[in-house]
Amino acid sequence: MQNLVEIRRNIKQRQLFNNIFALVGLFIILVAILILLALTLRMFIDGAPRLNWGFFSNFPSRRAENAGILSAWIGTTLVMLVTAVAAVPVGVASGIYLEEYAKKNWLADLIEINVTNLAGVPSIIYGLLALGLFVYDWSLGESVLTAGLTLALLILPVVIVTTREAIRAIPNSLREAAYAMGATKWQVVQDHLLPYSFGSILTGVIIGLSRAIGETAPVITIGALTFIAFLPDSPIKSEFPFISFEWLKAPFTVMPIQMFNWVSRPQADFQVNAAAAGAVLIFMTLGMNAVAIYLRYQLRKGIKW
Amino acid sequence: MVEQLEKAIDFQPVAEVKHLDFYYSGFHAIKNVNFDIPEKKVTALIGPSGCGKTTLLRCFNRMHDLYPGNRYQGGILVNGVNILAKEVDPIEVRMRISMVFQKPNPFPKSIFENVAYGLRIRGENSRTVLDEKVEDALKSAALWEEAKDRLNQSAYDLSGGQQQRLCIARALVTEPEIVLFDEPTSALDPIATNSIEELMSGLKQKVTILIVTHSMQQAARFSDYTAFMYMGELIEFDKTETIFSQPAQKRTQDYLSGRIG
Ligand SMILES: Nc1ncnc2c1ncn2[C@@H]1O[C@H](COP(=O)(O)OP(=O)(O)OP(=O)(O)O)[C@@H](O)[C@H]1O
Ligand SMILES: [Mg+2]
Repeated sequence: MQNLVEIRRNIKQRQLFNNIFALVGLFIILVAILILLALTLRMFIDGAPRLNWGFFSNFPSRRAENAGILSAWIGTTLVMLVTAVAAVPVGVASGIYLEEYAKKNWLADLIEINVTNLAGVPSIIYGLLALGLFVYDWSLGESVLTAGLTLALLILPVVIVTTREAIRAIPNSLREAAYAMGATKWQVVQDHLLPYSFGSILTGVIIGLSRAIGETAPVITIGALTFIAFLPDSPIKSEFPFISFEWLKAPFTVMPIQMFNWVSRPQADFQVNAAAAGAVLIFMTLGMNAVAIYLRYQLRKGIKW
Repeated sequence: MVEQLEKAIDFQPVAEVKHLDFYYSGFHAIKNVNFDIPEKKVTALIGPSGCGKTTLLRCFNRMHDLYPGNRYQGGILVNGVNILAKEVDPIEVRMRISMVFQKPNPFPKSIFENVAYGLRIRGENSRTVLDEKVEDALKSAALWEEAKDRLNQSAYDLSGGQQQRLCIARALVTEPEIVLFDEPTSALDPIATNSIEELMSGLKQKVTILIVTHSMQQAARFSDYTAFMYMGELIEFDKTETIFSQPAQKRTQDYLSGRIG
């Protein structure tokens, strides 16, 4: 009996630290969430008077109450589209190659270190690189395409690193099971590694895109406009071949630039516009996350952990 | 020794292991192993932990090719062809010789897709063929009755013993010439072990079985031939009764009586 008393005292002692950590953790999370919520809410309340149909369908204007984000939200959507289309296949393919195909030698180590470091390079450096490469050397212009490719470069390291980590987390016993059946390396990748790591890869892609959607510096560097009163060419046409890629070459602006532009004006009315644009930007990010959750849910139906 | 080997070879060999050496980078794990695998019989590999049973087994389906630095020397002849030769595609070998691992490792897919996988990677997509072969394989693995109403459920919903039988069905569906088992029951309780042993005894009508086991009782219960390994070498290979009743080698005796191991 005495033994039991001792055991209980011992457990109590050890549980003390456990409980302290749990409490401190909870407190910190609550504070962080509250601050975030307060800031976001504040922005929504400030911007609420301008969140109407006109705000989305008007071009920017010198008069705050007429000014809208039409060119900005369309610009951001198109740039993000290009970014995703460029970064996801290249990043996922690189991650798979490095993890499953490349020989593990000093070259692989060097590439690994470089890719990880690239994730930490300031975004304006990517802007300068893109200005030289895409705008001057390749003459892609100060266009949607250039911006999309620039941001794709920016998030490529994140996509590569998350892909590698997601693939590495798959138990080796599953690889061996598939190889032992006579599968080729590509069949192992296609039938097992990609489906099982899809959710984690998608999370990495969304983290990357969420970073890209808020980037201002590199987009300004490559020559995004701050005031633009027309839209890129429509991608859908009424005549054959019904789709067009002229929009890729169009000048553009994006949401954060529009916001910055309004924030930097002295008039209070424009501050309201900036808050409203910020609220929309947050919704766009949440929208991307919603798409990711939906895709993950759809794919999980096929995978039965 | 030569005499004794000759006595053992009163069967039709399906595979002949000839002067086989295997190296993990610098480590010499299999040392000049020679023996013949009888067709449609159960051959057990026994020996103390770390003696190289798994390493030898994994030579048969070239699993060592998946990792850099591994090296084979000598050969395993199947129909006169050395399956360890550089010119032989390991995928071809794995399509003919399948494997069941120590820990059940079903794919996180449905029961049906687990079994069908070997057929799918060979390009078989006809639903009728798949249905029929999956059913046959599940019957051979004594899992059909338990699984037939839940083929579309996750393989992870099965119990450990059922998962291992699923892995056996997966290995059988492509009608391999040899099936390799690496301690297939070591993670299972006695009842599940029993059902898997029973099904393996039944399987030898159809395929050649090579099984690594830690349990001498298991080897004695249902294997026809037994190979005893010690520190990377093959010490003795003979009919199971002979090995267990009158082993020729001192070290085999010592192991069987529990003095080494
Ligand atoms: N990947 C590896 N790299 C280097 N050495 C290895 C590797 N795998 C196994 N070995 C060594 O090779 C020897 C044989 O190992 P193996 O796994 O074949 O033993 P085993 O007979 O299957 O043992 P057990 O009964 O414990 O499973 C051991 O000494 C082990 O340490
Ligand atoms: Mg082993």
